[in-house]
Amino acid sequence: MLHPVRMGGGLPLVIRARGLGKRYGERRVFAGVDLDLDRGGFLLVTGPNGSGKTTLLRVLAGLAAPSAGELRLPPRETVGYLGHEPLVYRELTPLENLTLFGRLYRIPERSERTGMLLERFGLWDVRHERVATFSRGMQQRLGLCRVLLHEPGLLLLDEPSNALDAHGLELLGEILGDRSRAVAVATHDPASVDRFATGRLAFA
Amino acid sequence: MSYVADVGALARKDLLLELRAKETLPAMLVFVIAALTIFHFAVPHGTRHVAALGLLWVALVFTALLALTRAFVAEREQGLFDALVLAPCDRSTIWLGKTVAVLAFLVAAEVVALPAFALFFSGIDGATVLAVALADVGICTVGTLLGAMAVAGRARELLLPLLFLPLAIPIVVGGVGASAGAGSRYLLFLVLYDAVFGLLSWAAFEYVVAEV
Repeated sequence: MLHPVRMGGGLPLVIRARGLGKRYGERRVFAGVDLDLDRGGFLLVTGPNGSGKTTLLRVLAGLAAPSAGELRLPPRETVGYLGHEPLVYRELTPLENLTLFGRLYRIPERSERTGMLLERFGLWDVRHERVATFSRGMQQRLGLCRVLLHEPGLLLLDEPSNALDAHGLELLGEILGDRSRAVAVATHDPASVDRFATGRLAFA
Repeated sequence: MSYVADVGALARKDLLLELRAKETLPAMLVFVIAALTIFHFAVPHGTRHVAALGLLWVALVFTALLALTRAFVAEREQGLFDALVLAPCDRSTIWLGKTVAVLAFLVAAEVVALPAFALFFSGIDGATVLAVALADVGICTVGTLLGAMAVAGRARELLLPLLFLPLAIPIVVGGVGASAGAGSRYLLFLVLYDAVFGLLSWAAFEYVVAEV
């Protein structure tokens, strides 16, 4: 069951969806989703595995086209998307990964921004080591670095607390608590992030 | 300028990945040498030069196919298409960067394959080398696009050869024609193929990576 959400606050609207639906062939993933997500808003998408949370996030990221409804999205350079995987090259080092994405995102002063993020997420000392040698939690931290690299106005995070230790969860909390951007998080375990939510969408 | 820099950064990334993983190029080298060795023993001694050149082109096309099959493995296994597609750079830079990297692998394999062919069969003239260079461009531009298409499919290992080999037929026709000394019109044919299919691949990539 879907609950239309409205997250107000008078701040600039980042996402507006009306009657949003997605199907793959005959299979309906979700339908009739209405939502407004403003800057400072936090949309928590919950539901069991396979209920359509990831697909909704992909549609909101512009990675998949909706099958029905109207959708207004921000420019793609303002979107930070973290999927089930951290979306970093495992054979590259953290520094090489962030330098590559910094280049593609046209970030001025890339090395300063990269260094600052690696330091913040506790990856500075391993910046020259291959990501393949990292634990899943460290890879997730690097994924968060990549997402934050271009200071996105919209964060779309799919199960962001995956594999994070206590310190990682603390860092994630800092990101999610920052009201300077719009955030949508999909999770099947909402307990750790529920306190940030300004709106909820429950898939069944 | 930033388009070229993006292509350079993406190609450099692929070369670095290969340098670390050492998966594609060694496999290509082993394959092409093994194929030429098999051809050497399989065809009767004294086989005509033109027939032997045909075997060279067969070996090169299948060696390229090996590289193309591996081209998007990192992006597929680690879901990285999503991260690349969301970047504000022109999406065709993803294709061009990959094409440059595959081209580099193919040229590296040919640096070994052409002397090996000369050793096993007969010498190679300048027209053949030029035809191989032109064919490489066509193979890599079209093959990289098809590799990106196939990677989204379920039976991707089967899909790529099925898509690629029919489109490689004109390349083999042009290549064999040029290396058999049939005149510059075959080289011009390869130039035309590169231009038309290169342009089509460049323009089509945006739609290939867009999920509907």
